[in-house]
Amino acid sequence: MAAAEPETSRETAEAPNSRLVYRQKLATRLTHWLWAFSLFFLLLSGLQIFNAHPALYLGDQSGFEFDNSVLRIGAEDRGGDTVGYTKVLGFQMETTGLLGFSGEPGALQARAFPSWATIPSGRDLASGRVVHFFFAWLFFAALLIWLLASAVNGHLRRDVIPGRADFRQVGRDLADHVRLRFYHRRRYGPLQKFSYALVLLGLFPLMILSGLAMSPGINAAAPFLAEILGGRQTARTLHFLGMVLIVLFFVVHIAMVVAAGPLNEMRSMITGWYRADASDDERPSKREPK
Amino acid sequence: MKALIMNRRHFLTSAGVAGAGLVLSSCDAFDAATERGSRMRAILESAEKLTFRTQRLLVGDSLAQEFTEADIRQPMRPNGVVRPQDPDYLQLQSSGFNSYRLIVDGLVKQPLSLSLDQLQAMTARAQITRHDCVEGWSCIAKWTGVPLAAVLDRASLLPDARFVVFHCFDTIERSLAGEVKYYESIDMIDALHPQTILAYGMNDAMLPVENGAPLRVRVERQLGYKMAKYIRRIELVASLEAIGDGRGSYWADRGYEWYAGI
Repeated sequence: MAAAEPETSRETAEAPNSRLVYRQKLATRLTHWLWAFSLFFLLLSGLQIFNAHPALYLGDQSGFEFDNSVLRIGAEDRGGDTVGYTKVLGFQMETTGLLGFSGEPGALQARAFPSWATIPSGRDLASGRVVHFFFAWLFFAALLIWLLASAVNGHLRRDVIPGRADFRQVGRDLADHVRLRFYHRRRYGPLQKFSYALVLLGLFPLMILSGLAMSPGINAAAPFLAEILGGRQTARTLHFLGMVLIVLFFVVHIAMVVAAGPLNEMRSMITGWYRADASDDERPSKREPK
Repeated sequence: MKALIMNRRHFLTSAGVAGAGLVLSSCDAFDAATERGSRMRAILESAEKLTFRTQRLLVGDSLAQEFTEADIRQPMRPNGVVRPQDPDYLQLQSSGFNSYRLIVDGLVKQPLSLSLDQLQAMTARAQITRHDCVEGWSCIAKWTGVPLAAVLDRASLLPDARFVVFHCFDTIERSLAGEVKYYESIDMIDALHPQTILAYGMNDAMLPVENGAPLRVRVERQLGYKMAKYIRRIELVASLEAIGDGRGSYWADRGYEWYAGI
């Protein structure tokens, strides 16, 4: 594998204080974009599916004659006016225009998530499911490829699973991030490792497992899956919660890319080459004497 | 360095414009791709076959999870048609389904016409299972009925019978093209599964009208829409091509999966 890869570090004339390092392997880059692509469609088709029954519960079943709901999005009549509402853990707020009741001015519709946030735009559960399951397979395939490749090429051990040093340095790394002081190193920082480990080894598998726990077929084959997640309806709630956390991760991820230098970050995720600071923690002088 | 900043600025601007464009156009940007009959839709639907084959491999002949009496916490939530208005059904309903006959025909050696009494005289099976609707909700109830396998055994299948089609009393759609009565189908793996029963009882009482009286099928390892209510006739066929619009199921003909194990 290593033989096929280009040199790992390169001096450049244009910026003497930095050097180009080969930071992202092909498998990392490929799966990154497969995930970006599939998660976009999974999110929007998932919101379409959610709209078919915009309530979340805890346990095996949905309470119609008893209340075990933790989230409900809907529209209700309030003194002749229709308002959209969102109820989270018993706390209700009005969300007209975004959640529950939304659309073109004068032609608002009762729907949980607005039409710009769903695929397809109209109410179409069948198509939402077709899109969701296609990209779920793609997402799953990318996770398998990534896990295998990262175990083999060392990405998992080197960049993702936090080591003892990462636990020690996480406080300082946090302080640096708060001051918007970013180091450009070949290796990932402690916060990077923690967040990638959480998302890639925690949230992504949780999304697949909680998705499978909703399948009546898989439920027969592996009833323990829904059970360890707290029942089918809890699994559905966890699937939704996982989605929210992935969206939050995406927002922070993009903010960090922008703050750390979007061109450099984008280049490394497309070509693999990353401009690192010359004064690296990896003592480049040993490998590349000046 | 200045060039780099300009580049960054330029990049951010174009990324912003592209992003805003994507969000603004996402209202209907992907609608064409999901349109039924389109090439893209066919590609997306190909995942359905993968799901079906994988689940058949993984699920095998395993049983759906069964629950206890304590898990029955509410009446069974009805869905779809809950009060059929079809004259032949209303007539049966007014007589307490005394003159009801389940027809079993198609690729069988011995076509059947069974009354409710005859069905109830056969060995019954009761199971407390969770009903999962395609919309996302679940409800636990107890179902009592006769295993479909026992009825099919009595009718004695011909070798080329591959699918069991349920023809129902209830009209689910009225359009200019005419009335559409509900229809569903399953393959022999699900048909002969021990938990696949023709239910006439629910929660220790007769099956209510809104839940499919006098007879509905339970296919416990699939979603609710596979479990046809108000069954009039069971037909054994070699292919689903001649059923409905060709997919063998009212909802499959409207874009849902024929195999609803997911």
